[in-house]
Amino acid sequence: MTGNIGGLPPFLTLVGQPVTVELKNDLAITGVLVSVDQFLNIKLDNIKVVDEERYPHMLAVKNCFIRGSVVRYVQLPAPSVDTALLQDAARRERQQPATGARK
Amino acid sequence: MSDQLRSLVDHPVFVYLTDGRTLVGQLMGYDQAANVILGKTHERIFSSTEGMKSVAIGVYVIRGETIALIGELDEELDDQADYDEMKVEPLDPVML
Repeated sequence: MTGNIGGLPPFLTLVGQPVTVELKNDLAITGVLVSVDQFLNIKLDNIKVVDEERYPHMLAVKNCFIRGSVVRYVQLPAPSVDTALLQDAARRERQQPATGARK
Repeated sequence: MSDQLRSLVDHPVFVYLTDGRTLVGQLMGYDQAANVILGKTHERIFSSTEGMKSVAIGVYVIRGETIALIGELDEELDDQADYDEMKVEPLDPVML
């Protein structure tokens, strides 16, 4: 897969940043972003489950791979995201979608 | 994706399935779809009234679609944890 992969480049610049991944069942996990792939599978290090008291099940897990299909949101640190740049890129993408890019 | 799981092969892992079940075992293999082979698998059953119970179920091939999360199990932390006293609701299933 070449070119713009469904908006992946913004995520690539976030590797190393703390993010919070919220799953579709409301479970939220904070961690340092290690990697993202074309399916938006996410790998996190040094994870902490938000609301640990309710979810002690994972206290022995320090890093994890989260399947993209179960993610509802990825909360990013606001200063890390250049929204103006993203808006520009999204506008350009709409006008001239790269071949093979998903809608 | 193969890179993301490669580092976990032969390590003890915690697998959280979309139906809410939690398994632990040794990651023996995986593929592009995140289908996974788990050895020495134990299902960890949580309950709000009793401590955690661990049931041995052997070698499993788990379809990637049903996997929500795979975590590296830190054995030191796992040994320290008092699962007998851990009375919590099982994790929620994930509605896809």
